[in-house]
Amino acid sequence: MITVGIFDLASDFAEDKDVAAKVRDTKIRPALEVGEEVILDFTRVDLTTQSFIHAMISDVLRVKGEEALDGIAFKGCQQGVQGIIETVIQYSLETTEDRDLDAGGSDTRPS
Amino acid sequence: MRIYVPNSAWIFNISGFIGSLDPTDPTSLHVEFHPRWVSVHPAVLAMTACAGLLVRQRGGTVTGDVPGVRSLPYLIRMGLFKFLDLDPGREITEHEPAGRFVPLTQIQDNAQLRSTITDLVPLLHAPPEVAAPIKYVFSEMVRNVLEHSASPVGAVVCAQYFKRSNRISIGIADAGIGVHGSMSRFHNVRTAQEAITLAMRPGISGATSRLGGNEFNAGAGLFFTKGIAALSHNYFLLYSGDAAFELLKVREGELLTLNADPRLDRHRYLTGVPSWPGTVVGIDINVEEGQNFADLLDRIRTAYSVDLKTRKKVYYKRARFL
Repeated sequence: MITVGIFDLASDFAEDKDVAAKVRDTKIRPALEVGEEVILDFTRVDLTTQSFIHAMISDVLRVKGEEALDGIAFKGCQQGVQGIIETVIQYSLETTEDRDLDAGGSDTRPS
Repeated sequence: MRIYVPNSAWIFNISGFIGSLDPTDPTSLHVEFHPRWVSVHPAVLAMTACAGLLVRQRGGTVTGDVPGVRSLPYLIRMGLFKFLDLDPGREITEHEPAGRFVPLTQIQDNAQLRSTITDLVPLLHAPPEVAAPIKYVFSEMVRNVLEHSASPVGAVVCAQYFKRSNRISIGIADAGIGVHGSMSRFHNVRTAQEAITLAMRPGISGATSRLGGNEFNAGAGLFFTKGIAALSHNYFLLYSGDAAFELLKVREGELLTLNADPRLDRHRYLTGVPSWPGTVVGIDINVEEGQNFADLLDRIRTAYSVDLKTRKKVYYKRARFL
């Protein structure tokens, strides 16, 4: 099991997407590859952005699917942080389903 | 270019200001002010400063008439004349009780964004419920500029906190490729109006054609920002190219809903207006005492989910929070 302290990397306002992507690529992905659990510790993080959480976990969820949640735990989340994490989890896994349905792309122009 | 700063230009009446812009000559900028009184949204200041930076960077000239309007000290303290390199004709020698604000700031990279956000809290002397939405909007909107706009001057931001009315107004302007230029790389959009409409839909990103975005971009920043304004019963502006979208206040007694399709919001489009060479975002947010920004984000989250195809499963409940 590894613990990643988000406050130490991103301060009390976790918004730097480059930091998030680095956590994803150097901590989360390698750990999940070998079946190790990752604890993302948000203690002392007061606020985060949807973009930060997206950059950190969205692609992992899309690639590994719902089972990725077995290997990730979120610690010390304040209400707003937890809400944003839940949002990103929900749409990441939903759009994984949509991607399967929409293979080949679609016209997104406003009708 | 020619910019006339009128006596009043806020999001609800910004069409007059936008309509008076003259972007025809990009090598020079002439700025004029209303002769007696100027009261404008931070987005207007950000645009004016951004235009000044752009013209000066191109080696052009900035000229202007700066009358001794009553609001001149405010414009000086916001830093407008430094961006324009114009002499306002007077100096501020004492601390003006002009309110709490974040002065015009140019942001060109990640480090400058971080320091602007860090400096913001002591600058405002404001409680967390005031600082949080400003930090959130600055981060999301400026990252959009830095990642997608190719703006040669980066982003210009400023904000004002009106303590008496518990309102925050934020303006962000860039001189980049615009929303149409960005969205048309991956989406079939014919006009600036189509592009800004699509850009506000959750899950649609200018970085990919894929619904839900890619590993680095979700296509949710503008939807969240518009939602912050909508849920605080206030205004939002997205202006790019020759089109602008104005989110209007929800009428008294009208049910407040967040719509994934911005055309279902109470809104107004301005089309065929003078073309802004880049993108402008303006937002007003009401902050009530004790109001939790997290609650507001939570309501946006609910709306975000309902846009996607009929939900088959509630995934987020499986996440483990320790």
